[in-house]
This record gives sequence, structure tokens and C-alpha cells, in this order.
Amino acid sequence: MQVDQTCGAKGSMSGRSPGVPESSVLMSKVVREIVVSNSLGLHARPAMALVDMANQFASDIKLHKAGEPPVEADGKSVMQVITLEATAGTALTVEAEGDDAEEAVIKIAELFDSKFGEE
Amino acid sequence: MEIKKGIGVSPGVVISTAVVLDAEALVMPKRTISPAEASTEIDRFGQAMASTVVDLQKLRDEVTGRHGKQIGAIFDFHMGLLKDPTLLKQIIAEIRGQNVNAEYAVSTVMRHYAGTFLKMGDRYFSERVKDIHDIERSMLRNLIGQKHANLAHLKQDVVVIAHDFLPSQAAALDKSHVRGFATDVGGRTSHTAIVARAMGIPAVVGLGNITSEVSGGDTVIIDGTRGMVIINPDPEQIEEHRQYERDQVRLESELAQLRELPAQTRDGHLVSLQANIEFSPEIDDALQRGAEGIGLYRTEFLYLAADHEPSEQEHYEAYVDAAKRLKGKPLVIRTLDLGADKYTQEKAQNPERNPFLGDRSIRMCLHDIPMFKKQLRAILRASNQGDVRIMFPMISTLMELRQAKMVLNDVMEEMEDEGQTFRRDIPLGMMIEVPSAALMATNFAKEANFFSIGTNDLIQYTLAVDRTNERVAGLFCPAHPAVLSLIRDVIRAGSHSGISVSVCGEMAGEPLYTLLLLGLGLTTFSMNSPDIPEVKKIIRSTTLQHAKQVARKVMSFDSERQVMHYLREETRKIVPEAF
Repeated sequence: MQVDQTCGAKGSMSGRSPGVPESSVLMSKVVREIVVSNSLGLHARPAMALVDMANQFASDIKLHKAGEPPVEADGKSVMQVITLEATAGTALTVEAEGDDAEEAVIKIAELFDSKFGEE
Repeated sequence: MEIKKGIGVSPGVVISTAVVLDAEALVMPKRTISPAEASTEIDRFGQAMASTVVDLQKLRDEVTGRHGKQIGAIFDFHMGLLKDPTLLKQIIAEIRGQNVNAEYAVSTVMRHYAGTFLKMGDRYFSERVKDIHDIERSMLRNLIGQKHANLAHLKQDVVVIAHDFLPSQAAALDKSHVRGFATDVGGRTSHTAIVARAMGIPAVVGLGNITSEVSGGDTVIIDGTRGMVIINPDPEQIEEHRQYERDQVRLESELAQLRELPAQTRDGHLVSLQANIEFSPEIDDALQRGAEGIGLYRTEFLYLAADHEPSEQEHYEAYVDAAKRLKGKPLVIRTLDLGADKYTQEKAQNPERNPFLGDRSIRMCLHDIPMFKKQLRAILRASNQGDVRIMFPMISTLMELRQAKMVLNDVMEEMEDEGQTFRRDIPLGMMIEVPSAALMATNFAKEANFFSIGTNDLIQYTLAVDRTNERVAGLFCPAHPAVLSLIRDVIRAGSHSGISVSVCGEMAGEPLYTLLLLGLGLTTFSMNSPDIPEVKKIIRSTTLQHAKQVARKVMSFDSERQVMHYLREETRKIVPEAF
């Protein structure tokens, strides 16, 4: 997995949500693809862990799930995160925008990689 | 007067006034407000949220204190929802945008999310709709100022009639006044059952639609011993059950004196009475009642209580806690016996058409080796801390037992390579709960260290009866001669091969069958701990010789009716107050 640092212009995201601004401000925006790998998916406990992590950063954090229609969730809202219905194997795009965006995305990706400490 | 039959999940009899909890959340009247009122409504909403957070914190601390962190963690997600900024913003926007009262706005937004959850394909996710309803209810209660539907501050004794118990409802009960439970749905491992047993009050679940048949204020008899509820009983029934109640109180104090005495017949034959448990704190109560060990530790609770698959460490901690409480007494840990029930079926992508004949129990474990190994490793690690034994459930062919043993061997080798210590010769037993296993008991006895007969499933599979289906539950009967002859043969096969045989189904704790099982040569009885003293009393009142005569006679009958009638007569002769 690589960190794709796009400042403004089109990111390399596949299936991105139509709601995401195409060009943006000077703030750094970091985008990264991750896959849900714990067997029960992004259920209540991992969703809480993710939100707790997201809340440690000032950046806006969003998760996108491709599909018809694509779904976007505010990474700081546990209700929205869980309504992504991100089961095991679901590909998600994490997008952070703000001064600490890069660190936020790295930490969140680590959380997914660690399978939320579940297995 | 109406009598309803269900599943008795916590014994005892109580006569009291009913409080009915609605299955549906409170219905919220919509009130249109003027734009000027919006800020008042938003303030009310803010205050209600703050109180809800305080309530939830209290509840979480209470539950954590009582049942441990793992169970308290159920509420973390609820707390996360209450503090979800997006959700709060949406509710406020609803109040302002639609000019509606706070109650209505909360209800609208929460139901929108509930709808989203219900549409989800993955059962694990769609089940979260319960959490959404639970939170919505707490928020509304605080808005309306009607806390916990009266259950936290009761003025008189009541029995609670509900569709099902939400964890938060169960935890908020006023324990000093709640005397019994009856619910529409549920089973032995339902929350209602666990809470009732922990509180020591009678409970009957799986009653179908009792919430619509009882009105608040009705007099209700809940008979958890017989799995029965009587709505608006007539005076004779009340008198009869008052007598049961009194007898029960007297009997209990009498039976408590039996605790220190051995389960020995008058002619000196000694048997072992053990307890079935679901979670380790129950052990203290079991020992209090005279259990000499745990003959069945159901480990499903570990999976049901948390919202994730338990880690090896979580398994290990639960088992070590149990072993320590037992101080060297035996602990038979049954490996995961899930499947065929609500929990796994709701989670499954494609629910099975015939789950009781499906991918359950040991079959499920053998299909998910990593999960199975995790549990086995934890059991082996805990084997250093006491007399820990392993038991595989639902074995139906020799191949399954061999495969399970092979997996265990793999785990042992892995652990040896890692330099971990464990008991290499840990006793390894199996449940006999499928007729095929009972019929082949002689073969199985060569490859297992002990048998435990799970009568509930053995009866269900032998008689083809689902006892939770009220239309056929009447056919479910341990006294059926076919069932009895399977039990007899299994005990015989065990004793010929010199391996111990126990019964860990409900039959072991039913006084009606004590003489029979004793006479058939059973040496270990494992039951719910409240049943121990009474079974012990019967054993101590008879002789092995008499029990053998009873068993011989029973085996000559050809109908369950005769069997039950005869056993009742014989038991009454030696312990007149038994029934």
C-alpha cells in the first residue's frame, strides 16, 4: 500500500464518491486504499476504535466505499462508519484533509492492518 | 385463567402482579413548533442527551462491576452513538428544519438509521438495529422524563413480562421488587435466562405472545421449575402455587444443610454431583450448593457476550478464572457448541434450511480450524491451573472424534515447539447427544476418556421434536422408552470399558429421574446448581439396590406415561415432598 499524496487535483481513487471536491485548497489531502481484513468486518467495536483514532486528529477524515451507490462516511461518526456495512474483504478509501492528514491516514491504516487487535 | 407453556430457564415459583414491557418503542406524538420554540426544543434535547450519557455510564459501571469488563464493553458502542457529532447535528437539523418537537426529531432520525441497518445483507450488521432501538428508547425516556418504564423504582413486588430483554433493561431493574420474568422469545442462553439465574428468581421464556395476552396489573404465576405461566389464575391455582412457594422456601433451607454431606446412597454407593455453568462467577454459587466440580462449562457465552470472536487470551482468562475458583475440583470445558440457533443463523449469509441438522457445534469447529485451535490452545494453557478437561460436543461419527483429536494434537505439538507447558494427558471426552453416537458407544469408548450424555439434544434427535416449537413441545419427553434404552446402553458401554459416564442434560437435575439414572449405573450427574440439593436428598434417601430394581422395572415399560407415573410414585415413597 502506498500513500498517495494528492494536493487538490484528482486522486487516484477508484470508485470515488461523486461528492468529493475535485479541486481543493492548499491544505494537504492524503488518500489511501485499505481493505477490511478482520473476519467480522467493521462492526461495533472496530468502528468505535476507528472513531476514537480519528478523533485524535484535527483533519477531516472520510471513508468511501465504492458501489452503487457509493457510500461516504465521516470517520468521526460511529453511526456513519457502521452504516458503511464494511464486511471482511471490503475495499475502502480513507481520505484525510488537514494539517495532520498524513499521520492520521498512516495511523488509521495501521489500525486496519492490525485487524483491530481481534485475531 | 389461561395456562401457557414455555421453557423454564430459572427454577422457582412466584405469584405476583404483572408489569408488561412493550415490544414496540414508545409512540411519539408529532408536535409542530414555531421557529421561536426551536431553541427551547434543542435545549431540551441537549439536556436529555446529557442525562442519557450519565445513565449509560452508570449502567456500564454497574454491569462491569457485576459481570466484568467484557460485558460492560457492550455499552461502549452505545456511548459512541450518544457522542456521535454527526448524529447530534442531524437531530438538531431535524428540529429546526421540520419545526418539530425533540421527541419526534429523535425518533425520525433514529428510525431512518434503523431502516438502513435492517436493509443490510450481513446479519451481523443488521442485528445492530437492536442497539439503535435501545439508544432511541433511552433518549426518549429522558426527554419524556419517564425513566426506565417504572422498573427502576418499583413500590411493590412484580413479575416482568416482556418480548425480550435488552441488556440495558435487565441491568436497570429494581432487584428488590422484581420477582420473576416471562418473555415471548428466548432460550437457555438468552439474556433473560442468565440474569434470572444470577438473581435467583424464576423465569420462563419462549412463550410465544405472552406480551399481548397479559395486561399490566394482572395476577400471574410464573413457574420456572415446570416452564409454565398462568395468567389470572383461579383461587385454587393460587392456593396450590402458594403452597409450592412455601414448600420451596422450607425445602431450600432444609436442603442447604445437605451441602457438606456426600452424595451417597444408604448402602454406601457414592456418586458425584456436579454443576453446569455458563460463566465462571456461577461457580461460587455452585460450590455453595454442594457441587463437586463443573461437569459442563458452556463456552458459548464468551462468543455471545462480546461482539467479536474471543481472542485466545480472552478464552484463557475465562478458563483460568474458572479453574482458580474450583481449587482443584474438576472443570469440564465443552468446546464451542454454537450453530443451529438464532445467533449464528442471524449472522449467516445464507441461513441454513435445517440448522439443527446443519453446520453446528463440532462440525462448525472442524470447518473453522483457526477458531477451534484458538480455543484449544487456551484450554491447554489453562490446564496448568487445575483439573481441566476437554469435551467435544455433537460427535456423530468416529471420524469427527478422530479429526478433533488430531487438531488437538497439532495444537499440542505447536505449543511444545514454543516451549509452552500444559497437561499432555488432559482428559478428553465427548458428548453423546446424537443417536448414532449412542448406538456406537462401545466403539467410541475406546477412543474417548469419558462420556457425557447431553439428554436435551439426544431426546430432540431421537424423537424428532423441537421443544421450542410449542405445537410439538408436548412430544419432548426424557421418559420415552427409546431414549431410556439409548441412555442405558451408553452407561453400560462406558462401564464395560472403564470410562466414566455422566449426564449433563436437564434430565440429570430432574428429581423424577434420579432413581432411574442411579439404578442404570450413572456415576456423575451434572446439573444446574439449584437442583443439586434435591437430587442429593433423593440419592441419600435410597439404596443402590432399590434404584436398580426401579430401573429394571422402568425398562420393562413401553410408554413414557407409565414410566413417569411409576417414577413419581417411587420417588414420593422415599422423599414425599419431592413433587
